[in-house]
Order: sequence, then structure tokens, then C-alpha cells
Amino acid sequence: MDFTSSLAQAGTNFVSVPVLAFLLGLISVALKADLRLPDAVYQATSIYLLFAIGLKGGVALRAADPAEVLAPIGVALLLGVVIPLIAFAVLRYVTNLNPVDRGAMAAHYGSTSLVTFTAAIVFLESLDIAFEGFMPTLLTVLEIPGIIVGLLLAGRYLSRNESSSQQDGWIREIIFGKSILLLGGGLIIGFLTGTQGYERVEPFFGSLFTGVLALFLLELGVLAGRRIGSVREAGIGLIAFATVFPLFAGTLGIIGGYIAGLSVGGAMILGVLCASASYIAAPAAVRLALPTANPGITLTASLGITFPFNLILGIPIYLFIAQSLEGWFA
Amino acid sequence: MSENLQAVTLLTIVAESLIESRLIEDLISCGVIGWTLTPARGAGPENRRLSEVEGGNVKIEVLGSEEVTQKVWDLLSSKYFPNYAVTAWQSSVLVSRLDRYLNH
Repeated sequence: MDFTSSLAQAGTNFVSVPVLAFLLGLISVALKADLRLPDAVYQATSIYLLFAIGLKGGVALRAADPAEVLAPIGVALLLGVVIPLIAFAVLRYVTNLNPVDRGAMAAHYGSTSLVTFTAAIVFLESLDIAFEGFMPTLLTVLEIPGIIVGLLLAGRYLSRNESSSQQDGWIREIIFGKSILLLGGGLIIGFLTGTQGYERVEPFFGSLFTGVLALFLLELGVLAGRRIGSVREAGIGLIAFATVFPLFAGTLGIIGGYIAGLSVGGAMILGVLCASASYIAAPAAVRLALPTANPGITLTASLGITFPFNLILGIPIYLFIAQSLEGWFA
Repeated sequence: MSENLQAVTLLTIVAESLIESRLIEDLISCGVIGWTLTPARGAGPENRRLSEVEGGNVKIEVLGSEEVTQKVWDLLSSKYFPNYAVTAWQSSVLVSRLDRYLNH
């Protein structure tokens, strides 16, 4: 893979409508304009994206050979446990965060970002690079373990009083949270209905998808823009972590993807999943289970730094890494 | 008309919407019979909440006896005030059909 064509690929990402919509959201904050979607519309678009991704993945899962899916699922589960453990350990050396905040960070970075995943898929599709259709299954599989590992790591450092409120059914709330029910439910419905059933809803859940994604990214641009002000206060260690750790975790995911037998596109997407940090499911779970953790720190890192980094620079970089490493595993 | 009105305690709670379902379960366990819930916006002194990602705040209004509202205050002080973005205030209001708001 030569460098010039990688740059050309990256250029496709910079001028895609969803990425530019994100930048528009960022700019609007600087201009003090209010481009936020009404709350109900924001909730509806997030439901749409989760369900549409699940549905499409379910249809592809049905067509896939079960043997071909099992190894990637196993690798994804392993990465979902290992990545937060590494994040927790690394944060101890690069930041002065307390263990509860480090656990909260590990939960965010162990979990995944639906929108980064989706933007990676849109990017690959625009370049006509093939990937396994069952990748949304891996998104679902990777969503939860990281959160649980992060919360358990932090839980060891809570006082007795705090941990009793932590046990208040948080595992059930995480597993049956909105994002998992919609993604998992979509997967099952897609699997049951198959290609024929999907064709009937394709105009709504397929053709309109990138447009809805662009609207959602406009909103996330605004939310990320509001966080950028606090990035300066975050400290150099946290900023370094929020940009370097995704590159490390992404490379780990790409290698894992190749070991599990995924294609270049599939390995790149698994890399993106490992590199991305959650800013919807994990913050909610952490807020309930670790109320003493400071969401200002974790959200600034995941939404204010890692998300824009991955969306704009990371996605083409992970493809470049996947293409560069391909020869090693061929 | 006004001779039918009787005093009852109104407790208003504003909280980050993330804890809505937990808070309501706890209110019921304190003996609260009914409530009114509306989405709310605003800012507080701590600013540790997630509201902008997780859908803002909710305002919950509860009418009840002194006894029930005192239980709610105790619950808020022990479980919610230390951990979450929550504020509450109490006032006395006049209602008709007082029976509706008291436990039997």
C-alpha cells in the first residue's frame, strides 16, 4: 500500500457528508449558534441507527457460515476484556487519576462507539472495500464486557457505603440497556426475517441511513464542541492517552481480526471497534454504578478528544495499518 | 368555592434524567401515590451530570402527607444528594379532594 493512495483514501473521509456535518456542529459551538437537534429527534435518530445497524447485521449473519463467525466473536470477547485492563494499567502511569476515575475511563475505552463504527463502514463502502457483513454482531459483543471490567476494576476501590449502592442491579441495567436491546433485537429480527423481509424495510433503514447518520453527527459535533473547552484543563497525560491509546488498541484489534480470519475491511472495522470509546452506553452505566467518578474527565476524553480523532484521522489510519499488516497474515 | 380547598405538601424534585426510574421506584416505596413528571432544563452548582448526552433533567412533583414527604427527604439526603445532580424544595399548596393525595 503506497502512501499517496492512502492519502487519497483519507481525503474521501474528510469530504464525506457525515464527517463534514460533524465539523459543522463543532464550528457552530465556536460561533455560539445552537444547532442541537430537539431532544426527541436526537433520541429517535439514535434508536434508528442502533436498530438499523442491528437489522442489517442480522440479515448478513444469517447468510454467513457459523464457523466463519465464531472465531471473530471469540477474539472480540477477549479484546473486550483485555483492552480495559490495559487502559486501567496505562492510565496509572500517564495520568494522576484516582482508581475510580481510571475504572470509569477503562469502561469507556473498553466499550465501543456505534457512530465511529458506522462512519468506518460508510468510509469502506465509499472506497468499495469489502468487509464481513456480520460485523454488527461484533459491535454488540464488544459493547458490554469493557463496561463490566471497568466497573469491577473501580469497584475494588469504593468504600463499603458506595459499593452497596453500586450493587443496586447495575449489571441488569447495563445488559438490558437501550443500546443492547436495540442492537441485539435488531440482529435477531434481521436474522429471522432474512433478505426477503429486509427488502421491504430497506428504503427506510438502508437508503436513508447515511443521511440520518449525518444528522446525528451534527448533534455529536455540538456535544463534542462543548467538551473541547475542557480539553485544555484535562492535562497532557489524558490528551496523550485519548489519542495514542486508540492507535494501540486499534492495532491490537486489527491483529486480532487477522488472527480470527477476517478480511482487510473486517480487520480494520474490528480495529475501529477496539479503538473507539463509548460516550453513550458507558457514561450512563458509570454514572449509575460509580456516582463518585467524574464524568467531566471521561466524557472530555471519549467525546471531546477520542471521538473526533477517530472520526477524522483514525479511520483512514486504521485502514492504512490494516493494509500494511495484511501481508504478515496472508 | 375556596372553602373546599385544603392544604397539602407539595414536594418538587429536579434530577438528572438518568436516575428517573430508580428515583420513582424509591418514591413509591416511601408511600408516594402519584406524581407529575416533566422534562426540565437548567444549570446547577456542581455540573457533574451527563445531561447533555443523556437527555437532560426531569422535574418530579409529588403531593403527599407530611409523613410521606419526610420519608422522601430522608431518602434524598441519604441516597441521592451525595451522588447525583438533584435539587428539591417543599411548599404548601391547596387542593380539592385531599383524600386523593393521602395514604389510606
